[in-house]
Amino acid sequence: MQTFYLDHAATSPVHPEVIEKMTEAMTNVYGNPSSIHAAGRYARKVLDEARSILARSIGAKDTEIIFTSGGTEGDNTAIFGVAQALKSKGKHIITTAVEHHAVLHSCEQLEKAGFEVTYLPVDETGRISVESVKEALREDTILVTIMFGNNEVGTIQPIKEIGELLKNHQAVFHTDAVQAYGLEKIDVNELHVDLLSVSSHKINGPKGIGFLYQREKTPFTATFYGGSQERKRRAGTENVHAAVGFAKAVEIAQREMETKRQTYLQFRKIFLEVLEQEQISYKVNGHEEYFLKHILNISFPGMDVESFLVNLDMDGVYASSGSACTAGSIDPSHVLVAMYGKGAPELRNSIRFSFGLGLTEADIQQAAERTARIVKRMTNSLN
Amino acid sequence: MTETRDPSQIRVVVGMSGGVDSSVAAYLLKQQGYDVIGIFMKNWDDTDENGVCTATEDYEDVIKVCNQIGIPYYAVNFEKEYWDKVFTYFLEEYKAGRTPNPDVMCNKEIKFKAFLEHALKLGADYLATGHYARVEERDGEVVLLRGVDRNKDQTYFLNQLTQEQLKKVMFPIGHLEKKKVREIAEEAGLATAKKKDSTGICFIGERNFKEFLSNYLPAQPGNMETLDGKVMGKHDGLMYYTIGQRHGLGIGGAGEPWFVVGKDLKRNVLYVGQGFHNEALYSTSLKAINMSFTSNKPKPKKFACTAKFRYRQEDSPVEVELLDDHRAVITFQVPQRAITPGQAVVLYDGEVCLGGGTIDEVFKNGEKLTYVG
Repeated sequence: MQTFYLDHAATSPVHPEVIEKMTEAMTNVYGNPSSIHAAGRYARKVLDEARSILARSIGAKDTEIIFTSGGTEGDNTAIFGVAQALKSKGKHIITTAVEHHAVLHSCEQLEKAGFEVTYLPVDETGRISVESVKEALREDTILVTIMFGNNEVGTIQPIKEIGELLKNHQAVFHTDAVQAYGLEKIDVNELHVDLLSVSSHKINGPKGIGFLYQREKTPFTATFYGGSQERKRRAGTENVHAAVGFAKAVEIAQREMETKRQTYLQFRKIFLEVLEQEQISYKVNGHEEYFLKHILNISFPGMDVESFLVNLDMDGVYASSGSACTAGSIDPSHVLVAMYGKGAPELRNSIRFSFGLGLTEADIQQAAERTARIVKRMTNSLN
Repeated sequence: MTETRDPSQIRVVVGMSGGVDSSVAAYLLKQQGYDVIGIFMKNWDDTDENGVCTATEDYEDVIKVCNQIGIPYYAVNFEKEYWDKVFTYFLEEYKAGRTPNPDVMCNKEIKFKAFLEHALKLGADYLATGHYARVEERDGEVVLLRGVDRNKDQTYFLNQLTQEQLKKVMFPIGHLEKKKVREIAEEAGLATAKKKDSTGICFIGERNFKEFLSNYLPAQPGNMETLDGKVMGKHDGLMYYTIGQRHGLGIGGAGEPWFVVGKDLKRNVLYVGQGFHNEALYSTSLKAINMSFTSNKPKPKKFACTAKFRYRQEDSPVEVELLDDHRAVITFQVPQRAITPGQAVVLYDGEVCLGGGTIDEVFKNGEKLTYVG
C-alpha cells in the first residue's frame, strides 16, 4: 500500500543533499573546533561557514547565532536566559495561550519561581491582537515571547507590528519561529525581534540541532556552563556534522521557499476540493489570510480524532492531532481550546495535515480521497 | 465464531493493559496469523504535578511488547465514559452502604461496550482481551466458559456480557494456566514476562483504599454496635467496611474475633458480631437486580444451577426464580456466609457461565436481613 506522510510539521525527512553533505562532513571533519591544530581549525572553518549561512538566512550577524539542540532548547534558553538576566528590572512576561509547550511550560516554571505571566487570548482564527499586547505591557515587563506561526493551526501572528511596539520598551522580544522558518521570509531587523528560535528537523535537516538568534547586547544569561563555545552562551563541543547538514537544509529552503509556498497552496486547494467533491462536511481551523502554507488543520463534524487517526494510519495517511499524553491518548489541543473554548466539538474532531518534501499533487489527491472515504465510512456507521 | 476466512483477513483488536496476560493474548493471535492491533485504554486520570501518570509505565510496556510482536499500537481515552458509567456508580453504591464491584461494571460498560464500539470503528471483526475465560460456539450461540485455570477464572467479572457482545469477543489465553502464560511470555522474550500482576481496583491500584475513598466521599464516624445494641467502639465511616470483614475493627478483649455483620445507614451504625461463624452472617436466599444472561434462549421461570457470590469462591448449588424487571430470587441449598449487597451473584451450569446480577437484598428463612442493607 502506498503511504502518504502528511505530518511534516511534526518532523520532516532529511533532504538527500543534506545526507550527502553530512556524510562528507562525517568522513572528513573530525577535529574539535576549539583545538589549536590543523584538524581543529578545519572543523572551526566548516562550522563558521555553516553559521554564516544561518545568519544570512535571517539577516543577522554571524556572532548573533547560537547553536542549540533544537527548538525546545532555543525557547528555553531564550526565556530563562532573559528572565535570569533581567529579574532585577521586573518580573512580568507576556506570551500567548497558543504557544508551543516549550514556551508555555517554561513560562509556567517561571511563574513558580515568582514571575508573573500574561497569557494573551486569541480569536477564533488563533490570532492575537497587537492591541492586546499594548494593553498587557507594563513598566516591569521584561520579556514578550510570541510565536511566529502556530504549529497546530498555522496561524501567523503580527510579529512585525509587535516588534515596532516594543522598540522603545525594555522588554526583550522573542519569537519561536520553528514552524515558520523556511517558509516565511524572516528578517530580524525588519521584524525588530531580539531572540528567535529555529529547529533543523522541521526543514529537512538532521534532528538534534537548531539555533537561537540573539541580537547583539540583548540581556541574556547562559544556561549551560563549561567551555567557551558559542561565546560562552552555550558551552559544549559543537555538533559540527549536524551544523553542516542544517546549513545545507537552510540553503535549500531559502532557494526553494517561493516554489514551496506555491506548491503547498496548491496542495491545500486540491485537498479541500476533494472534500468538496466527496461532499464531506468540514471546516478549516486557522486564519484565512495569515497562515503557514504547509499546515492544513481541518475539523470534521461528527468524527472523533482517536478512531479517525487510527483509521488514517491503517489506510496509509499519516497525520496528527493535538499532542499525545504520556500514556498515548490524545489530549485536547490547548490551541483549539484557546480558539474555541473548552468543550467545543472542534477539540475532538480536528486533524492536522502538513505538507513537505517529496509529496506530489497526485499524492495529495489520493490522501484526500482516502480521508474522505474514512469520514464517509465512519459517519455512516454511526447513523 | 464459525470462521471460514483466512486469519490474515480477520482483524482483531486486543485490549492491552501492559500486563503479561494481554501481552500473551496479542502474541498468540499474531502467531495464529490474525491481523492484530494492540490498543491501550486510558480510563483514569491520575496525572501528578509533573504530568506523569501511572498509566505511562503501562503504556511504555504496551509499546515494547507490540514492537516485539510486530503489531501496530494505539491508545484510546475513555476517562469520561469511565467516570460517568463506572466511577459514579461506584460512589453511589458506597454512599448507599453497599460494596460495589467496579470491575463487573467496567467490563459491561467500558471494555465490552465503549471499547468494543471503538474497535469496530477501526474495522475490527473481534475484540480480544487477556481474560481467563473461554468462548465457544454451541447450538448456534456463543457460550461463555470458565477459564481453564480455576484459580484465575474471571467469568465472575464477565457475567453481564450479552450474546451480542460475546459474538464479537476472543479470549486467547482462557485455555491456559497462568503458569503457562508466563512461560510463553518468557520464551517469546516479551518485555512483560516477569511483570507483577496488578492487584486491587484498577483506578486505586496499590494505594490506600480508605484514603482514596475519603477524597470523594465524606467520612462520617459513628458507633459500632452489636445487633442487640451494645456499643463496642467507633467506626471511621460506614463506607470503609464490608460484610464479613474482620480487620480494622480494633475491638480487643477475650473470646473469638469480631466481624462486621451489617450496617444501619440511617443511624450511621456499624453492626459487629463475634466469631467467624456468627449466626448473623448467615443467610439462605437473596434477591438480585440487573439480572443478565449470556444466552438469548428462553429460560424457565425456575431452575437449579450453581452460583458464586464472591470472586474466587467455590460454587454453591442454588435455585433461581426469575421475576420481572430483571430481578430474581436465588435460594441457597446450604446457608451462605457474608452475602454482601452490591457484589455480583453469578450463575453457572457446569463450565458455562449463565449470567448474573447484583445482590440487592439478603434473607434468612424468608425474612429480610434489614441490618445487611
